[in-house]
Amino acid sequence: MSNSATTPSAAEAELAVQARQAAESSTGYWAGVWKRVRRDPLTIFCASVLLLMLLAIVFASLIAPHDPYQGSMIRRLRPVGTPNHILGTDELGRDMLTRLLYGGRLSWFMGITPVALAFAIGTVLGVLAGYAGGKTNMAIMRVTDVFYAFPSVLLAVAISGALGAGIINAILALTLVFIPPIIRVAETVTTGVRNLDFVDAARASGANAFTIVRVHVLGNVLGPIFVYATSLISVSMILASGLSFLGLGTKPPEPEWGLMLNTLRTAIYVQPWIAVLPGVCIFVTSICFNLVSDGLRQAMDVKG
Amino acid sequence: MFFYLIRRIAYAIPIALAVGFVCFMLVQIAPGDPINAIVPPDAPGDVVEQVRRDYGLDKPLPVQFGLWLLKVVQGDLGRSLASGRPVWSDLSSAIGNTLMLAASASLLGFILGCVLGGLAGTFRGSWLDRVAVTLAVGGVSVPHYWLGMVMVVIFSVQLNWLPAMGAGPGGSSDWAWDWEHIKHLILPTVTLCVIPMGIITRTVRGIIAEIMNQEFVTALRGKGLTRRGVFLHVVKNAAPTALAVMGLQLGYLMGGSILVETVFSWPGTGLLLNNAIFQRDLPVLQGTILVLAMFFVALNLLVDLMQTALDPRIKRG
Repeated sequence: MSNSATTPSAAEAELAVQARQAAESSTGYWAGVWKRVRRDPLTIFCASVLLLMLLAIVFASLIAPHDPYQGSMIRRLRPVGTPNHILGTDELGRDMLTRLLYGGRLSWFMGITPVALAFAIGTVLGVLAGYAGGKTNMAIMRVTDVFYAFPSVLLAVAISGALGAGIINAILALTLVFIPPIIRVAETVTTGVRNLDFVDAARASGANAFTIVRVHVLGNVLGPIFVYATSLISVSMILASGLSFLGLGTKPPEPEWGLMLNTLRTAIYVQPWIAVLPGVCIFVTSICFNLVSDGLRQAMDVKG
Repeated sequence: MFFYLIRRIAYAIPIALAVGFVCFMLVQIAPGDPINAIVPPDAPGDVVEQVRRDYGLDKPLPVQFGLWLLKVVQGDLGRSLASGRPVWSDLSSAIGNTLMLAASASLLGFILGCVLGGLAGTFRGSWLDRVAVTLAVGGVSVPHYWLGMVMVVIFSVQLNWLPAMGAGPGGSSDWAWDWEHIKHLILPTVTLCVIPMGIITRTVRGIIAEIMNQEFVTALRGKGLTRRGVFLHVVKNAAPTALAVMGLQLGYLMGGSILVETVFSWPGTGLLLNNAIFQRDLPVLQGTILVLAMFFVALNLLVDLMQTALDPRIKRG
């Protein structure tokens, strides 16, 4: 044991904790997490909002009242509350509600995909660095340091600016931005787990590295890395829409919240509240992802 | 301490080199022949070949990197394709404007963050705490380019109090310390400050709460030290971390102000980058990114050294 200097009372307390953990683990770790999330009204509320948004954008073609590309020159920039166009129309006379519903598809896709890709790649590299140690660790972590030397927005703009506008390029740029922080977190937690007794025991009993990582390490590190990755979704949504806002992501006439903000910028003096609507969607999505991630972190008892 | 200083500075050198390499590669990953970044697209073939030899673009990549690096350290960032001027001439004035915006935004964010975080940490669990935490979460979750648009709608379009664009009257980009210029700075600063505000609020709240729980604070209270006295002790303990966070935020804002600069047409590096991207002006793109990233590396180093100097608890041998 690493903390052999425990006093009797501390040892008793530890036993009690272990007993509680054992009781909890008998119902399963995830059941415990779910129980704690359920008691957190803010997290539940935000998760519900996200779920509703997801359903709305997935079934956009069923609930949207109009065609997202079909505009009308005589119905341009109608205010919010116009009959037949509840949220008004945009600078080309297209229905805002429809555009926002369809726009969510690309905004969500471009926000979540980079984090998912970075989660997969970063976990592999980070666990490799943490478990292998030595020169492998050196090589992976020093390269990570280099990407850390760029402010994240700058790196995203630099890569997608050099590659040129496009959805794939934007996703590629954002994935590269999120891999280094995930590697760092994965490396830290893996190094923490690697020297624990049960890993030593597994090694002593002859398990090979692959089995140890798969069975003993991943089970203990995936949780914290996952929670950290969810906290990146909020930033990723803002950055992805930001790239589109700069004209580096989606191209018109494709509906996407960031691009809509950009094209509506000229309408700011005519229909200011229409012009800021897509930003409200980005804001709500981003803050909900942030709060759900915070709730998850607490429920899963991940520090940091 | 001295050896730490030397080692930390020595460590920054390979990082700076690697950052330079990434910037060098930006032109290489760009679609098309890098020669297109130097000669106009309508140049005749033999001229292209001549330029290719002159620039060493027929040599292997590592040699090219060396040649490029040699020029960069002499301050030659190449020439803009769009204007034909040296990249540095446009960049130097733009950097001043961006630094101005980023510095005022991180200062404002630091002050607001310290006040909010301090209140939240001191009165943990109260309504003040909840308000501060809500503002902090809002600050880091808000798409700031959108917040900028909302600010323009409220303060420029509806109220007509503040200008919506540029850094000075008549679209001039030369800065002066008078009310006309400061008026232009207000909206972009307030917009950009929400990010550091959110992050510093969270940080300060965490540190204060942790320090207030420590035994020495209880002991000070037990000895009858006034609230003011306790406050001073807490500030002394919280300052190094809070300052370090602010220093890094300044760097993030320098590199991240591109979106806000675009919204307000602020004549800084962000606008320069934006124009460079749309004109496919790769030398400008590369030069701007390089200088901003180097600034960030230097700032990181400075923050680290400052923190070591300020906080005697950090022992680095």
